[in-house]
Amino acid sequence: MIAELGLAALWLAAALAALQLVCGALATHAGEGHDLALLTRPAAILQGGLAAFSFAMLVWVFAITDLSVKLVAANSHAMKPLVFKLAGAWGNHEGSMLLWVTVMALAGVLIAAVERRLPERTMQATLAAQGFVALGFYAFLLLSSNPFERLPIPAAEGMGLNPLLQDLGLAFHPPTLYFGYVGLSVAFSFAVGALVTRQVTPEFARAMRPWVLGAWVFLTLGITAGSYWAYYELGWGGWWFWDPVENASLMPWLAATALLHSAGVLAARDALRAWTIMLGVVAFSMSMLGTFLVRSGILTSVHAFAVDPERGSFILALLAIYIGGALLLFALRAGTVAEGERFAVASREGALVVNNVMLSAVLAIVLLGTLYPLLTEAFDVRVSVGPPYFNPVGAIFVVPMLLVMAVGPLLRWRQDSLGRVNREIALVAALILAALVLVSIVGEVSLLPLIGLSLAGGLAVASLLPLRGRTLRRVPLATWGMVAAHFGIAMALFGMASDSAFTKERLAALEPGQSAEAGPWRVTLDRVEPVAGPNWTALQASLSASYKGGEPIVLTPQARSFWAPPQQTTESALATRWNGQLYAVIGQEAGRGRWQIRLWWKPFVTWIWLGGMLVALGGVLALIGRVLADLKRRSVTRRAGARRAEARALIAEPAE
Amino acid sequence: MTRWRLWVPLLLFAGFVGLAGYMLTRPKDEFVESRMVGKELPYFALRPAMAERPGLASADLGTGKPRLLNIFASWCLPCIAEARQLEILAAQGVEIDGIAIRDRPEDVAAFLARHGNPYRRIGADDLSEVQLAIGSSGVPETFVIDGQGRIAYQHIGDIRAEHVPMLLEKLAEAGS
Repeated sequence: MIAELGLAALWLAAALAALQLVCGALATHAGEGHDLALLTRPAAILQGGLAAFSFAMLVWVFAITDLSVKLVAANSHAMKPLVFKLAGAWGNHEGSMLLWVTVMALAGVLIAAVERRLPERTMQATLAAQGFVALGFYAFLLLSSNPFERLPIPAAEGMGLNPLLQDLGLAFHPPTLYFGYVGLSVAFSFAVGALVTRQVTPEFARAMRPWVLGAWVFLTLGITAGSYWAYYELGWGGWWFWDPVENASLMPWLAATALLHSAGVLAARDALRAWTIMLGVVAFSMSMLGTFLVRSGILTSVHAFAVDPERGSFILALLAIYIGGALLLFALRAGTVAEGERFAVASREGALVVNNVMLSAVLAIVLLGTLYPLLTEAFDVRVSVGPPYFNPVGAIFVVPMLLVMAVGPLLRWRQDSLGRVNREIALVAALILAALVLVSIVGEVSLLPLIGLSLAGGLAVASLLPLRGRTLRRVPLATWGMVAAHFGIAMALFGMASDSAFTKERLAALEPGQSAEAGPWRVTLDRVEPVAGPNWTALQASLSASYKGGEPIVLTPQARSFWAPPQQTTESALATRWNGQLYAVIGQEAGRGRWQIRLWWKPFVTWIWLGGMLVALGGVLALIGRVLADLKRRSVTRRAGARRAEARALIAEPAE
Repeated sequence: MTRWRLWVPLLLFAGFVGLAGYMLTRPKDEFVESRMVGKELPYFALRPAMAERPGLASADLGTGKPRLLNIFASWCLPCIAEARQLEILAAQGVEIDGIAIRDRPEDVAAFLARHGNPYRRIGADDLSEVQLAIGSSGVPETFVIDGQGRIAYQHIGDIRAEHVPMLLEKLAEAGS
């Protein structure tokens, strides 16, 4: 009964999405004051409620482990801890799609209920576009991935007790990325709405910006967390592998970063109109493309049981309709959107344009590298594209972009001269050069890390320069956000460059009692012993690690064997200091009582993720700042309106 | 911006959709080949999957004569389709052992009563442990095991009538 309620709510929500599409489209077509326009917002709100209800029902059947529901039987188990039962609701294809549409529908509620800045016609077009996108996902759910499907005979027990998937990180990492993707879908609807009515205005950019910011924060967090998870879980000591799944999350982030900056230009200066629209379309395209690549199994050749070609075709069809449709609209309409304000090359806008072009170039490089195997496979050549392509080719564009990032925030809007900020530029350039010379004297560092290290120092200082000569208490939150995010980029860059330049790796075969050195660490193997967990057994090494002869820390890396399904994992052990991490892994037995111990000393590697978190924090600050400023502006206009009404009432009253 | 440039993104995207659509319709190698082919069987000892046949251990397989190891389950539809071919192989003197995946004794017994029982021994693999250890990713799969207990050949999917001569040939090769 619960599952049927959920399914019924889902059908109703789909119907309301259709209603939202039709009313919004008709109202947009007819212009102001059409009767149907009154229905669009309530339809969006009700649709959100129904989708949320449907998702709640799914969580419920997972909570009570209703094994007559196919999805529960396939992905859950009566013995699972409750938190993993609940997480199981979205830890699979059908459930995650339902979560996606639910979040999207709730975003629709928020737009319909709160957004009042845009002209009503653009709002109607935006809501229609949102309904249209939602309708496609409802169709996908209802026609090919029904999460509420019943089994003819209830299963005796569920199949999902895989211990490897019972990880809190895995339970909450995908939804984080989803929130990001959905935020971009809202930006997409705004872009389409503005394109339909040709009202690409600063108000439009201001309405869209919080959504882009929010999406960008979630994507940043998702990517940072995913990278750290791969780092400590896979046991290879690497933190980014240019794997298609990773790229699928990086590409929307790059597009969203570009969009964020171009929306800023549009909001402040009414320039870059067509470009912002284009990025709005591209950002969402990249999230859908990522979903397609991961779900269709077109790139990773997983075996036939996990991949459903029907699903792949369905997502491809959705992709063709939405992205193709939006790009067609763009081709037809963008030429007729009035050109925005002009600006000089040496200006804030100019710097942001360079930033945008560079980000787009990096995006194109990652996209090409990700799709290239698909292209060659069409001609029966199997290739794999990896770091040797991505790192240097990406750097060609990232390095100039970072240089511009150092200078751009110092420039004024519209027109400026580099001469005005020559002292700052000289300072940053001197810092970069000094670091360059210093690092190349100190050690032999290959070219890319060398550039990275010297840039990072200059960037860190440059990112703080916009605060110079200002009363810190009066600096707006959004500016603090920018400073934090740019500083975070410098930190992460420093971590990446330092990791690839200075990592010390040591593979040693040790008997208990022997020690090995890795960088400043001296590591002694005390003993190797078997240990057992709830569903695994492991060999655990006890290592005493001492930093520069200091007090030893005990590290216990394990080689775990799970029984069901049988699977080996390496549990790395980490010793974290402010200036880096010691990463220890136990390997095979090396004969005669000796064990392979692999050690990495990774100076400043944690700064990569700390930097990533700082970038996200910058996004949060900017978001809060923008929303607060908006609320303030609203209450001011409301009060002014009230005062005017009072005044009018006074005048209207006949004097006695 | 000139008008024609606005069409570039759409054209690029159309190219991608064309490529992806083409690749989706192309058959892929969907099968995961076992990396264990050519290697010795890992150690295992499984309890009997039903009352009428003994269980199966890795030691039962390297007995000097090549034999077939069939991975099946009572809940697997293609396993019904290949039952006839297994009977034919058994009738020709091929020794066949089975591993029943995630199954209950009464279901296995009912399945074999209905579709024939060509097996000498049947081990019960309740958690797919042995299945995964020998590099099988689904049911049914059939392995040719040589006289020394090494995996000589892996057949993925059901055995159809046209596969029977090929399997006999593989068995003969493994025996030579």
